[in-house]
Amino acid sequence: MITNVTSFSRSGLSDWLLQRVTAVVMAAYTVFITAYLLFNSGLEYSQWLGLHSHIAMKVFNVLTVLSIAIHAWIGLWAVLTDYVTERLLGPKATPLRIFLQLGMIAVTLVYVIWALDIVWGI
Amino acid sequence: MYIVNKKRPVNLDIGTIALPITSYVSILHRVSGVALFGAVAVFLWLLDTSLSSEEGFNAIRETMGSPICQLIVWAALAGLAYHVVAGVRHLIMDFGVGETLEGGRLGAKIVLVVAVVLILLAGVWVWV
Repeated sequence: MITNVTSFSRSGLSDWLLQRVTAVVMAAYTVFITAYLLFNSGLEYSQWLGLHSHIAMKVFNVLTVLSIAIHAWIGLWAVLTDYVTERLLGPKATPLRIFLQLGMIAVTLVYVIWALDIVWGI
Repeated sequence: MYIVNKKRPVNLDIGTIALPITSYVSILHRVSGVALFGAVAVFLWLLDTSLSSEEGFNAIRETMGSPICQLIVWAALAGLAYHVVAGVRHLIMDFGVGETLEGGRLGAKIVLVVAVVLILLAGVWVWV
């Protein structure tokens, strides 16, 4: 069973590093947005729009959604190649896993395009 | 690539084994990760609508008052909190900290305690 054809970078070592780098970006984003919302409890639309209109925030938003895409691809690849296997599910497992992986990649692309549309629109 | 005999016998039937705490922490990391993949749609919808217009922003404010939406957002935040905490443990272990059997068990317990506290705080944030 060849499983690395659908892995993100075709290299386990590279996937390992990307999983960690993207995790740090997303953790930073989570802490930042949580702190921002906690310290601005009476948030107004103009202030919220102003934050996301800032070029630094646009970069942070795009970096984060790209991190989500890479991280989800690598993580779901690990889960699917561990559980949707011929040993656990029989001969139908490989076509099912490829179908699920392609579906996951499609959803990931939709997320990235949606996020870029949000960032570009403001 | 190396050759692996794919017909080799596997005697590890996880369903018949009492799992250690580290296994539950690991499985929950995976479950929360898969769930978060769906939660991204919720977060993107919140971001999109809140930035679309003043009406959209106020609509999110009102929506966050309904119990079903509060439950969905809290569930998404709970998954995020657990996944981040368990992920930080991975990063700490990458630096060689907590890699022993006892260290792994202690780390797993700390992850569960910190995650429960953060999930409760997220509940307070969403409901109060």
